[in-house]
Amino acid sequence: MSSDIDELIEKYRQARGGLIPLLQETQELKGFLSRETLEKIASGMNLSLAKVVGVATFYHQFHLEPRGKYIIRVCMGTACHVRGAADILAAMEKELGVRVGDTTPDLTFTLEQVACLGACGLAPVIMINEDTHGKLTPDQVPEILAKYRQKTAVIH
Amino acid sequence: MKRSILVCGGTGCVSSHSRLVHDALEKELRTRGLDKQFELKYTGCHGFCEQGPIITVEPEGYFYCQVTDEHVPKLVDSLREGSVYEDLLYKDPETQERVKTRDEVPFYKKQKRLVLKNCGRINPENIEDYLKTGGYQTLDKVFNMPPEAVIEEVKASGLRGRGGGGFPTGLKWAYAREARGDKKYLICNADEGDPGAFMDRSILEGDPHRVLEGMLIAGYAIGASEGFVYIRAEYPLAVKRLAMAIRQAREKGYLGNNILGSGFNFNIHISQGAGAFVCGEETALIASLQGNRGMPRPRPPFPATKGLWDRPTVVNNVETLANLPVILNMGAGAYASIGTKQSKGTKIFALTGKIKNTGLVEVPMGITLREIIFDIGGGIRNGKKFKAVQIGGPSGGCLGEEHLDLPIDYDSLIEAGAMMGSGGLVVMDEDTCMVELARFFLSFTRMEACGKCTPCREGNTRLLEILNRIVEGKGEPRDLDLLETLGRNIIDTSLCGLGQSAPNPVLSALRYFRPEYEMHVKQKICPAGVCKDLLSYRIIEEKCKACGLCLKHCPVGAITGAKGQPHRIDPEMCEKCGECLKKCPFGAIVTAGGDRIGKNKNDYQWDHVPRTRELHDLESGRRERY
Repeated sequence: MSSDIDELIEKYRQARGGLIPLLQETQELKGFLSRETLEKIASGMNLSLAKVVGVATFYHQFHLEPRGKYIIRVCMGTACHVRGAADILAAMEKELGVRVGDTTPDLTFTLEQVACLGACGLAPVIMINEDTHGKLTPDQVPEILAKYRQKTAVIH
Repeated sequence: MKRSILVCGGTGCVSSHSRLVHDALEKELRTRGLDKQFELKYTGCHGFCEQGPIITVEPEGYFYCQVTDEHVPKLVDSLREGSVYEDLLYKDPETQERVKTRDEVPFYKKQKRLVLKNCGRINPENIEDYLKTGGYQTLDKVFNMPPEAVIEEVKASGLRGRGGGGFPTGLKWAYAREARGDKKYLICNADEGDPGAFMDRSILEGDPHRVLEGMLIAGYAIGASEGFVYIRAEYPLAVKRLAMAIRQAREKGYLGNNILGSGFNFNIHISQGAGAFVCGEETALIASLQGNRGMPRPRPPFPATKGLWDRPTVVNNVETLANLPVILNMGAGAYASIGTKQSKGTKIFALTGKIKNTGLVEVPMGITLREIIFDIGGGIRNGKKFKAVQIGGPSGGCLGEEHLDLPIDYDSLIEAGAMMGSGGLVVMDEDTCMVELARFFLSFTRMEACGKCTPCREGNTRLLEILNRIVEGKGEPRDLDLLETLGRNIIDTSLCGLGQSAPNPVLSALRYFRPEYEMHVKQKICPAGVCKDLLSYRIIEEKCKACGLCLKHCPVGAITGAKGQPHRIDPEMCEKCGECLKKCPFGAIVTAGGDRIGKNKNDYQWDHVPRTRELHDLESGRRERY
């Protein structure tokens, strides 16, 4: 599997300004940029690790931690806030066993909060990848998560 | 003549499922054996995203809105009969009358679509469509002119950079032309990051060859042999169509070596940005293209003399480049006759916010805000009153009612304390809190600041802290002067355009809406009823029927009252959640100064709290956060 990265490094080694597209394609391949990956890229591109990490941390697109298969975005906009978004978030944290911003150890879910998803009529609302779930109550949370867990189980 | 059915394939319509409609239409036409009589096209953005998915029928020009796949069988009936499908026509919200063609829709009437001419009319994935509209024809003319003459032509047209600053394009080119270097580069800046601006995306999605043609003209003029399009990775459809266009142009000989036998060589590469707002600044963009952190550097030397890989480089915005075929086609004189003394041609604005018709509009420079907001935009939603308009995104400023009749161009906006920016126009109504809005923009710019220079990194952080304090009800009167002094210092001392413009929303709001700021810090009142910490709820005794609904629904038990007695809210315990106000059937519960009385339980909905709406409208045009 690391040979894929070698191939990518080979592809961009000679290209001027190749570090960013290399990081983009590597992340597409691996899902995130681990320290090991970054070290490999640094030595392959003949750059310091500081330089590579510097670039990787500058842009929003790059993730240095593994991310879940499903990204849960809990809306914390005003409309959702007054309708109990904080309770939804708390239920999520409890059910997943992670804090906001973190990913479950089995890499199924990443829990994030966002400013507004723009579905205020459905408040409180969350998005799991591309699906919107609205008018939530905290007791619906386990049920919804179970659906996605099931999906993963089938795929596996 | 074969009739055409044009289905909008812009990002807005795609998210309202225009692809489904297109596919259903294709199938329906085929099963009925009509696919030879009609040409079905998947086009770029029509601009009226609010009404999507949009379909137009040419040559009649019938304009259908909000079409779903369920409408398809009846739509095909009408196509076969050559009749109009009344139910799908746009309904004028004022007169309630249906209008048949696009040109009759008020949204389009006052527009002057030169750059967006093809958007929504041609298939962006087929170069033939572009060629049929006269595409790439300016190249014959351009290649027969000396490059200096092309520069003179663009200078004479008065074209200024559409990306924000408004620097004269011809002059920028002349510097690069004169600069010495073994190689020169042209960069198309498609790193559109302003919340609420999406014109560059729409041009690239709807008419990518126009941008390539513009790049060829610019490249020839400055003597560049290589061009880059620096485009956001968050615009996947635009990236795809651009790549397709480059491939087709290469096959047709419009890109490559010795183009059209002129001896001019030019190639275009796509480079995808990795998500950093500051990369819209040209020196930061160049740093990013070179594979570094996208941090700006001091200018001079300007990129025109020392840019990408230290070679002379011109960075032009998408819309600027898309104007070039127009100029070369109609001639500098005719182009310069449009607009105002110092700002020529048209400008595309992304109209969003509390307005009836949101979407993309192209208007001549010098048009008034009133014409854009009320004639094109249809005025304010839900019968509310206009309060302010934010021009130019987070770098721009807030203008109020007194500016509605200001003819807008680069200079008039700067004079008024705003700026053209990339052309985002966010309209606000009376429910918008100007302090909270400024806070929103500043939190955006602060988060996107690169951290290189101190005034921007530290200064904007302090500005934001002060604003946070004010919206939390902890502001002091002296904070207002502090905001002003600090803001001006940041503008004077920051390294790049991001820092130099970040305080604009705050300073302009202070200039035009100072009483609102003063109420926040002195009386601790938010007149728009937005800042939660400044709200206080109370029950009007005369109106209270002691039904007990509020008491029952108060989550913290802050409401007391016996049967038959007016209830009251304990301000100490009240969490200001607004549940009681929503539940009261008699409108007895009021907030702050008592000016926002809920007449019935549906009258005051938290869904209409402006902060959320603005965030939504702003973010709809903006990158998706990872």
